[in-house]
Amino acid sequence: MATLHTKSAARAMMAPAVIVLLIWMIVPLAMTLYFSTLNYTLYNPFSTPFIGFENYTYFLQDPTFLAALANTLILVLGVLAITVIGGILIALLLDQEFYGVNIVRLLVIAPFFVMPTVAALVWKNMMMNPVYGVIGQFLQAIGLAPIDWMTELPLLSIIIIVAWQWLPFATLILLTALQSLSEDQKEAAEMDGAGALSIFWYITLPHMSRAITVVILIQTIFLLSIYAEILVTTQGGPGSQSTNITYLVAQQATSYGDIGAASAGGIVAVILANIVAIFLVRLIGKNLDA
Amino acid sequence: MARRVTKGRKIVTTVLAWFVGLVIFFPILWTFLTSFKTELQAISIPPVFVAFDWTLENYRTIQSQSNYLHFMLNSVYLSLGSTALGLIFAIPAAWAMAFSPTKRTKDVLLWMLSTKMLPAVGVLIPIYLLFVRFGLLDSRLGLIVVLFLINLPIIVWMLYTYFKEIPGEILEAARMDGAGLAKEITQVLAPMAVPGIASTILLNVILSWNEAFWTLNLTTSNAAPLTAFIASFSSPQGNFYAKLSAASMLAIAPILIVGWFSQKQLVRGLTFGAVK
Repeated sequence: MATLHTKSAARAMMAPAVIVLLIWMIVPLAMTLYFSTLNYTLYNPFSTPFIGFENYTYFLQDPTFLAALANTLILVLGVLAITVIGGILIALLLDQEFYGVNIVRLLVIAPFFVMPTVAALVWKNMMMNPVYGVIGQFLQAIGLAPIDWMTELPLLSIIIIVAWQWLPFATLILLTALQSLSEDQKEAAEMDGAGALSIFWYITLPHMSRAITVVILIQTIFLLSIYAEILVTTQGGPGSQSTNITYLVAQQATSYGDIGAASAGGIVAVILANIVAIFLVRLIGKNLDA
Repeated sequence: MARRVTKGRKIVTTVLAWFVGLVIFFPILWTFLTSFKTELQAISIPPVFVAFDWTLENYRTIQSQSNYLHFMLNSVYLSLGSTALGLIFAIPAAWAMAFSPTKRTKDVLLWMLSTKMLPAVGVLIPIYLLFVRFGLLDSRLGLIVVLFLINLPIIVWMLYTYFKEIPGEILEAARMDGAGLAKEITQVLAPMAVPGIASTILLNVILSWNEAFWTLNLTTSNAAPLTAFIASFSSPQGNFYAKLSAASMLAIAPILIVGWFSQKQLVRGLTFGAVK
């Protein structure tokens, strides 16, 4: 096809986007890598001696880092478990015939459009506050003791808030996948005497497997970088109970002014994200017939 | 749907689906209701649901005390500015990749995608220092550029998947009919590309409006958008639930409406075409 008259025209059209992204990716990353080998603090920015891997050993031996690493993994896995299992169940439900499908769809999708700071503060104050929060009042109404979420269960609180934000995304994508499953296949299985459970296990679930993989990978990318929800609720505390790597690195730079250590932490975060990214890029690439 | 569903089952499903929908939506509904209460009603025990004296007082207070409009305009500038910049760079690129693909097109697309996966903290420090150095901290221009760059891969990808659906034969037919290049673009291609571009704009406005890593780290007041404005409620003084609710509703309402209209495109844009 020759809609563009020459290949060089196509190249010229692509160049600006490629170049800005290349600069955006390489320059800051190279700087982070460079800073991570310096003893560089904002309190003494004029003397930044080279110290090799010392920032990495400092960062990796810091108990806060290990806690943050564990919290990051718990946060990602917890949110994934809730959103994927919940998303499958809700998608199955919304795929049925019922009155008001369109309105319920709007209700379910809504949290995805709520900005992180609003979601976190609404949950922290109006849902989870032990005295005035809706959950606390509900627990008291049924005779249970209210929970001080942010101090007793800080990480779980963050998981709940973030899962609430991402459940719509998982549901919407799984529902889209579900709706492309042909009814014939299910009917044929039904006629062969397959029960609802075995239809789900042998037909529906395999059909959704690719969408599930996409949900897991894309959410993981975003979940590794959770920041605002922590900043406006627990601020990583109490102690470092709800600090994840993203929050820890930002804190190292903005609160402690330790550019070197924060950079080393940033590089660690990049490596972690890359492990996921490799799988995701491969999966999407397989599906791309360019 | 070919299968017949009994009335009883449909009613059971309806009740269940509405219950789930309302539970998920409840925090937003509660925020909406609280925004019309007085501060005392907002923390009354037991809580009042709708039987309170509805007041617009909180909305007035939000504007008069904290200049809500300033933050909202910043959100508008940032999301529209970064989207416009994104389109300028992405339309030609996506166009070239869709209509004159080469062996390397796929690699370029996947590479662009991989830049989206770079965690923000990996580049936060140099960007922050560069912003300080060049006086871009707390400036709208600096933030527009950052938001543009983080969303550019998504814009290119989305446009690419839409442009690919425009059949090439139409172009050839137009050319056979003697249409010049200008006519070809304005009368044949543009009308077919508009829906895809519109969806891309919507998704990108949503993503930029809600972005809360860079906007929180690179602004203080001058360029602060709504995400940062709402974050200021994290260290409150006195009763503030009703005011927080009003501010929250003002911050999310526009994007909630845009989002509801673009939910189908959302799947496509956020999965990079992997799920349609």
